[in-house]
Order: sequence, then structure tokens, then C-alpha cells
Amino acid sequence: MFRRSLMALAGVAFAALASLSGAAQAQGTIKIAYTDPLSGPFAQVGDQNLKQFQYIIDYINAKGGALGRKFELVAFDNKSQPSDALIALKSATDQNIPIIMQCSGSNIAAALIEGVEKHNARNPESRIVYVNCGAVATELTNEKCSYWHFRFDAHAAMKAEIMVRALPKDVTKVYLLNQDYLFGQSVQRDVKVFLAKLRPDVQVVGDELIPLGKVKDFSPYITKIKAAGAQALLTGNWGPDMTLLIKAGMDAGLDLRYYTFYAHLGGGAIAIGPAGDGKVRSIMPFHENISVETGNKELEEWTKAFRAKHDFDFYAAGFRTIFEFIQAGFNKAGVVDATKFAAALEGMTLTDMTNTQVTMRKEETTRSSPSIVGVFSKGVKYDSEKTGLGWKTETRVEPKELDQPNTCKMKRPGA
Amino acid sequence: MSTQTSGAGIGGLVTGGAGVALRRNALWLICLAIALVMPWLFFDFTTGRHSGFVVSMLSQMGLMIVLAMSFNMLMGQAGLLSFGHAVFFGFGGYCTAHALNAIKAETMWLPVELVPLVGGAGGLVFALVLGYPATKQRATAFAMITLAIGELVTACALMFKLFFGGEGGVSTDRMIDTSLFGFSYSQSIQVYYLVVAWTVIAVALMWLQTQTPLGRMANACRDNFERAQFVGYDPRRVRYWQFALSGFFAGIGGALYALVYEIVTFDTLAAPMSGNALLMAYIGGAGGFFGPVLGAILVVLLQSGVSLLSSAWLVYVGVLFIIMVMFAPGGMIGLIGAHKPIARIGRLRALMVPYARMLVPALLALLGFVLLVEFATFMTIGAAQGKKFKLFAGELDPATALPWLIAGGALVLGGLWLRREARAFRVVWDGLMAEAKARGAAA
Amino acid sequence: MEVFLVSTLNGLVYGMLLFMLASGLTLIFSMMGVLNFAHASIYMLGAYFAYDISRTLGFWSALVLAPALCFLVGAVVEMYGLRRVHRNGHIAELLFTFGIAFIIEKAVQMIWGLLPVPYRVPAVLDLPLFTIYGTNFHAYRGFMLLISVLMFVAIWLGLTRTRIGMVIQAALTHPEMASALGHNVPRIFTLVFASGAALAGLAGVIGGNYFVTEPSMAYTMGPIVFVVVVFGGLGSLAGCFIASLFMGLVQTYAVVIDYSLADLLTSAGVAINTASPWAEILTVPIPRIGALLPFLLLILILLFRPRGLLGTRDT
Repeated sequence: MFRRSLMALAGVAFAALASLSGAAQAQGTIKIAYTDPLSGPFAQVGDQNLKQFQYIIDYINAKGGALGRKFELVAFDNKSQPSDALIALKSATDQNIPIIMQCSGSNIAAALIEGVEKHNARNPESRIVYVNCGAVATELTNEKCSYWHFRFDAHAAMKAEIMVRALPKDVTKVYLLNQDYLFGQSVQRDVKVFLAKLRPDVQVVGDELIPLGKVKDFSPYITKIKAAGAQALLTGNWGPDMTLLIKAGMDAGLDLRYYTFYAHLGGGAIAIGPAGDGKVRSIMPFHENISVETGNKELEEWTKAFRAKHDFDFYAAGFRTIFEFIQAGFNKAGVVDATKFAAALEGMTLTDMTNTQVTMRKEETTRSSPSIVGVFSKGVKYDSEKTGLGWKTETRVEPKELDQPNTCKMKRPGA
Repeated sequence: MSTQTSGAGIGGLVTGGAGVALRRNALWLICLAIALVMPWLFFDFTTGRHSGFVVSMLSQMGLMIVLAMSFNMLMGQAGLLSFGHAVFFGFGGYCTAHALNAIKAETMWLPVELVPLVGGAGGLVFALVLGYPATKQRATAFAMITLAIGELVTACALMFKLFFGGEGGVSTDRMIDTSLFGFSYSQSIQVYYLVVAWTVIAVALMWLQTQTPLGRMANACRDNFERAQFVGYDPRRVRYWQFALSGFFAGIGGALYALVYEIVTFDTLAAPMSGNALLMAYIGGAGGFFGPVLGAILVVLLQSGVSLLSSAWLVYVGVLFIIMVMFAPGGMIGLIGAHKPIARIGRLRALMVPYARMLVPALLALLGFVLLVEFATFMTIGAAQGKKFKLFAGELDPATALPWLIAGGALVLGGLWLRREARAFRVVWDGLMAEAKARGAAA
Repeated sequence: MEVFLVSTLNGLVYGMLLFMLASGLTLIFSMMGVLNFAHASIYMLGAYFAYDISRTLGFWSALVLAPALCFLVGAVVEMYGLRRVHRNGHIAELLFTFGIAFIIEKAVQMIWGLLPVPYRVPAVLDLPLFTIYGTNFHAYRGFMLLISVLMFVAIWLGLTRTRIGMVIQAALTHPEMASALGHNVPRIFTLVFASGAALAGLAGVIGGNYFVTEPSMAYTMGPIVFVVVVFGGLGSLAGCFIASLFMGLVQTYAVVIDYSLADLLTSAGVAINTASPWAEILTVPIPRIGALLPFLLLILILLFRPRGLLGTRDT
């Protein structure tokens, strides 16, 4: 009897497949494919991004969209698996969608870059551009760079340099702790390189790698950090590896400054809690209190309206710049075509919502814009995740201050 | 369900004439024909392109079939539950990726069509090494050792960049111009046919293996561990060789993965992939031979197909799993096979009406359940994503009580009605089985 | 010396936390031979229940009520699900719990959302208990230690001093005989499973606010608990206790032992640098693999002593 139900389910699935595969690009909207984990243990990432993107797209559409058409987001769940992301890519190209966006997971990003390169070379009639909103492994715009890949987040090496530049003069002993895989190892390496170059007075008193996602009790590490006399902890950790580390440090009463890449993302504030006041720093392109600090009323109203609608904070508000680039790119290209869009996008400069100049660099298709090092503090107007504490700008690093090597040898398409 | 009577035998080709072989292997040949024709059903004649999504999904089914079947060599054939089987799949994939890169750099030569053998060899070597400690024990100890091995290998894959390429994995290119038949493999449909060919070869070889003394002894060790020793074979060696061969076939699956996706990352070795293999083998049915094929097809459909329609697909997988475990431990193939005695006495038709009578309430209950799950998901997750709940043509608002009542009502009504029909069905079934038994058709 | 003492303390606390989680599982595993994959999920449920209850009734009520709710959940799962599946074999039972774990995770996501929830340590415990060598020892960790010890003592006494405990012990090693003597073994199974679930729930109440309470917490906690249980051995609570402490100490000491195989070779006169073959593997210092050592130890003990440390029954 269950066989019948299964057959029925299979039938429904096939019917859906058939309808999906045959769908042609509707003249009405410009579709943007988006893939991230939407189910499973990391579903929170994709889900929150989706809500924030939808809000931003509504805003962009209200401002006219591009080429007289509105944007539409099409979501694909990649379940944290590169193979599913590649299947999503196939689905997107079937529907002639010109852009695919992805934010979470450098392993998925690597698969997408390769997949997009090969697809575009082999199928020039259905090319697609890959917009990367968060996967930060440095190689993706250096050794593995691609004409079709546009990254809108500072990569790991850039963040490492920013972190080093943000260290105050009185900090002379730092401890490094990172996750033991490509990303964490590159953070470890890059931070040491930039410390040697920019702050030779700083001594690295400890340097650890931990297996990804396995350590539950960080107190032994805190013991080591204390014994080494470190004044600041520099870490690229994310998820429980970051929150448990910080919690352990605070519980032990260490007088330590924490410099992270990701404390500002969803779940960080809740996990750190009020005890983190003035201690935890993170590197971000934008936070909601910037509008208050710069007196930008319009921006403040816009981010405030998001909070009224959803029960989490608008940490990805900076993604509006990405969509403004997309809007400008299509307008400049004059047609919804991936090849022309890519040509229009590279080298483009815009003024973003905080009145800063932002450029999409041509050489390695990475965004060039200022980065903020924010500190988690009390007394800010907009708090994070209802903890009563929020992000306050401590340091601002301009792109021209950064001194990054570039090993990208970009292959441009023949036509 | 013994392996000898499931499906037909490739052996038929050897002993009988072509006509006999054709009849006995009819089921397999039909499946093969469907596999070959399927992409064309979704061909988009307006743009002259295959549906990339469908071809990808079918290729995924192919390589998952190989993985699930290799897993079943351990679980179904030898009674060994392994939680780390995917490490051989992944390792085979990595070896293949490196081999493809070497061929492209012209440091070695191998036709593309034979590249899966590299993956198989990699899986075999890895299984020979890891199998030595693993197969020292059996049952739960074996399962736990494989769990630990799986975790360790995954951690190593993340830590060591030289071979495993770190988080970004090892990427490769299958267009290496060494095809025996002159294909460039630039189109996914060409790769799909290569996958089909290798899937057929792998499954055929695995079937042949069940007919060998090793395969038979593995069954014996599964069924009665103590008595199997009296035959004279050391169960430990039987386990070891079965493990090694299952690693070989898993490696072939991994090689196909590398060819299809052209990138191999650490999640091909990780626990979720091993869990997938287990799921597919069990849902399809571990006892028969053909079972995991069904299981793989169904699970890939659920994961790649249904997940497009709903983010609650994991709930459906979980519920399906539980229903299977509780009511149909033999898997789908077990369900189908239970009809055999009745089919033999030619009374299948008598079941048609009772099935039809169960179908309606079953669909009703299913609809109610799906709606409830979708409403719940929508309320917490979907609503804020700015979507409206669309059902066929109409829009529903789950914020009101009415849709919930309808869905809940459908589930309860359908459930109760189904129970009544199921009882009636049971009576008819028992009657037919008794008849079959009386006529000597049942075991 | 300072490092050794502090590490020992850290290791003991972590080990006791592991025991809290593993104690319920070892009961269920020993009793029914079922590796309960849903154990970590019930731990998660306990944390979420505690979060909801503590918001209205306070932490101390949650400490009692949340495990009680988990007891009910365990009882229902056993009576209406596991019991029926039992006759289909161990693999079926294991897969059943697999499916339950899926469903619980999704249910949690649907009810409480995808973000972590702000389940916090109660204010009365949120302070340093004492200071050792300049590092604070947080009061809540002391509380965790206390609860773990109480759990161990309670289970031990329950198993050895009460009548039902005697019957359970008998059924642990000789289920058929216990049944033949007239005891209602299925009812005992339900009791044990539900008790195991309650213990997992208690661990969740305690651990949820110390760690982060989010839908993926079951997924991350799962493997290490199995390792501890199997290492300790079937049918032995003491084995589980020793295994938990051992694993906790091993992982903690590993973090402070900053040596690698390359160092060993260098002291023997063989120089290893980045150009040497296998350098990548040889230069891995022990702290890097600290969290992986339990898995290695599990493999070793299963190879040479498949019953586990103090197991009374073969698996």
C-alpha cells in the first residue's frame, strides 16, 4: 500500500521536474538564482540571507529594477553539498538565469567557479555569472580566479591584513587560534605574514589549529592562552568554534581582546551575550549603527523597517550594494545577457548607501571598499539579536591602505 | 529473499540460448532501456537542449546506485553495517581527479572510458588497508570502528592539503582528449551515457560476485556466523575480502562522481554521504539484490527533486524511513517480492480492487500530512521569505485556521478510512496467501 | 605544574559533562543493544524545553520539568515505535532511531526557528567560584560537576540497591531468563529507555546554556558520545564513567602537549623540514589532533578488547 503512495509521490515529483525543465525565461522578471543551505544543520544561514535579500530586492524593484523589469529571486537548496550546488547551477542555466549567487562555504564556491567556467566555455548560449557574497578563501580570486566570478566580500587575506591593522599600539602579544582546514590555515598564515610586515613589534605567543567543529571544551586552550600572557586573540573561527571559544574565555575572566571575522553574523551575538561588552571585535563591511554614526537618516529608516518586519537584525544590509551593482550592471549592458553583464560589471564604480566609493576591481573581480572593525558594546542604538549590545565602529580601513599580492591570471573569453 | 531468485540471472546468458536469456533478463533490459531513453523525455525541443537539471539528476542516480549497491555488498550480503563506507567512494573520487589531472598534464595516459578503474583501484587499496583493522570484529564493534574511521578520514581530508586539496577540494577536467570512441564529453548527456555504461558494468560484476564462493560464504556468515565456520572458511578472511571488494566498487562510484562534477571535495567522504548509502540500501531493501537500485533512485528523487518544491523534504525522508523500518523492513523490494507467491498462482488481479480502495484514503492522508508539514514550515520559515502559499492554482493563507482544519481533517479522515480498508485488504491478502500455500507456490 | 593542575581540573569537568550525556545512552545500549541515534536529539529537546520553561518558571523548575518531559517523549517513542521494530533486528532499531533524530531536528527547527535561542546560565551561578593561578573557575562548571556526580551516584544506587534496579541488572545480562522468571521485560525496556531519555534531557538542561542551544547541537554532539559509550563497554556504568573521564583528560592533556612526530624524529637525529616526504603528516603537533584522539582510542580498544573497557557482554 505504501508502494502506491511512493509511486504517487514519484509521479508528482516527475511532473514538477517536467514543468521546471521546460520553463523558459519569463519576459516579466530578471531572475537571480541563489543557492545556500536551506535545510539541514546550516539551514539558518540560507534562510536568513533569503529574507534579507528579498527585502533588498523589494527596495531595488521599488526603485525601478533594471531595464524596466523587476528582479526575482529563485532559491535553490544546496544542503551544504557541492554536488547539489552544481545541480542547482544546471537548473539555473536550464532556465537561462543570468546570475547565480552563493554566500556560504568555500568548498561550494570552488565547485561553482569551476562549474561556471566549464559551463560557459562549453555552452556559450546559456552563460551565467557567479556572484559570491561570502565565501572568503583567498585562492578563489587569486589562483582560482575566473572572469565569470565576482566576489563582493573581502577575502581571507584582506581580512587578515585588516585585523592586523586594527590592533592598537599597546597590544604586543597575540595568540592565534584557527580551524584546521584550508580557510583556517590560510588565516593563520596570512595573519603571521602581515604581522611581520606591519607590526614587527608584536610577538605571536601562541599559534593553534583545532579540528573543525569537534572541540567542545575550550578551557584547556584558554589555559594555554593565559599562560602565554596574550593580550589579544586573533581567530578566523566561525560557528560553535568561535562562540564556545569566546564564552570559555569570558567565563575564565581573562582580560583578552577577541578579534574575529564572523562574530557579527547570525547567532554570534546571542551566543556571546552581554558579558562580551567591549571585548569582541569583528570585521564587517557594514553594520546598522553606521547610519547613526554618520547621521544618515534615510539609511537608518530603511534598516529600521527591516527590524520591524523580521525578528533578527539586518546584518547583511551591506548586501544592498551587491544588488545595486547588479542593477547598474544590467542597465549598462542594456540587455539581460551574462556575457555583456560581466563585461559591464568589471571595473565599475558606484557610490553606495553610506556615500562611499565602491569599485569592482577588474584585475581579480573583487570588491574594493572600506572595511569596518566593529566592537560589540553596550549603549548603541541598534542592538544585535535583542541582547542589548550592538556593533560600534572602532577602526575603519580604507582599501588603498591594503597591500595585497595578486596572483590572478584571468582568462578572458575569446568572444 | 535470497539472491538466487531475485530478478533474473546474467548467468542465463551463459547457459541458455539468446531467447531464453532475453526472457529471463527482461526486467533488467527494460530498466536499461528506460535509463537510456529518459533524458529524451525531458528534451526541450524549442531550444534544442537537454534539460541540464534532469541529466544531472539521472547521472547522480547512476553513481548513487553504484554506491548503494557496493554498500549492500556489506550490509545485505555480509550482514556488516558500516558507518564509514563513503570514505572509499571519496577516496576513489580523489584518485580519479588526480589521475585526470595527470592525464591532462600528459604524465600518464589512459582513455577516459577506463578512468573509473583508477577510482576502483584507489578504493580497493584503501579498503585493503583500512579493512584489516575494521574486519577484525563484526556486528556492533565493526560498526563503531567504521564510524571512527569515517570521522578520522574526514578530519584528515580537511587537514592535509597536498592530496585532498583542502576545503576547495581537487578540481579536474574530464575533457582530456583520450576517448576510445572519440567523444569529447563536453556535454553532460555524453557523461550520462558513460555513467550508465559503468553502472551496468559495476552492477553486473557485483551480481556475478554474489555467485562466487566468496559471495556465498558472505551470505553464510551473515545468516549463521558460527555454523559458517564449520564449512572451513575463516569468517574473518571472508569479511576482509568482501570489505575490500565493496571498497573497489565504491571507488568506481567515486570515479563517476569525479567525472560528472569535475570537482571532489571532502564531503564525498563524510558522514552524511555514508548515511545516504545506508538510507538508500535500506529503503530499497537490503535482502534482495535489486533493492538498493530502487532505493538510490527514490532517495535521489527526494533529495534533488522534492527539495526543490519544499524545504521540509527532510521530514518526508525521516517519516518515509520510519514507516519503512516499522512496516516494511524488507524495503521496497521486500514489499514487491511479497507478492510473488500470489503472482505465481496468477491471482494478482484479485488484489487490484483492494489496492484501489486503499489508494484513495492513502492519498487523502498523504495530502493532509504534506499540507500540515508545509503549513508549519511556511509559518515559521517561509512566510517571511515573502512568498505566498500556492497550491495548484489557488492561494492559501496558513495564518487562518481553515486550511489547518482542512489538512488535519484530511489526515485524520484519510487515516481512519485507510485503517478500515487496510483491514479488509489484510483479509483478502491472507486468503490469497493461504491459497498460494495450499497450491504449493509459497515457501 | 600550574598547567598540569589546571588541565586536570579542565579535563575532569569536561569528562563529567561527557558522562552526563553518555550515561543515558549506555543504559539504553546495554539494555537493549540499541545504539540510540536519537539520544543527542533528546539532549537537544531537553535544552529547548528548559529554555521555554526557564523563561516562565525559572531555571530550577526547568531542571526538574524538562527531564520529565523527555521521559515522556522517550516512553512514547519506545512503546509505539521501538517495541514494534524490535523484532526486525538491531539494524532496524538503529535506523528507526536515525529517522526519529531527523524528525526531531526538523520539528525543533519548525517550532523554535533556525537561530540559536538565548538560553542563559542563571544569574545566581554566573560568577567565578574560585581563582586558580589567576584563571577563574566559573561557578556553573562546578554546578555541572556536582550534577554529574549526583547522576552517577543516583544511577549506581538505583541499579544496585533497589529491587527494580536488580531486575534491570539481571535483564542487562540475561534478558530471557529474567523474562522467564516472570518479570515484565517489555515494561522494563520502556522504563529504561524513558529513563535514558530523561538523563539525556537533564544533560541538555545543564549543557544547553553552557554551550549554544541551536538546532544543530545534536549533530555536533553525537559522535563523541557514542565513542565514550562503546569504549566504556556494554553493560557497565562504571566503565562509562571511567571512559568519560579518560576521554576528557586525554583531550585536555593533548592540548598542552606541543610535540609532533617530527619532533620525535628530530630528537632521534632525523631532521624533518617542509621539503621532506610526508612532512605534512609528520609535522602535525598533538594539539591539532586532540579532538580526534578519542576516535583513535576507540579503534584501538575495539581491535583488542571488543567488549570495551569494563564490558560484561559481547556486542
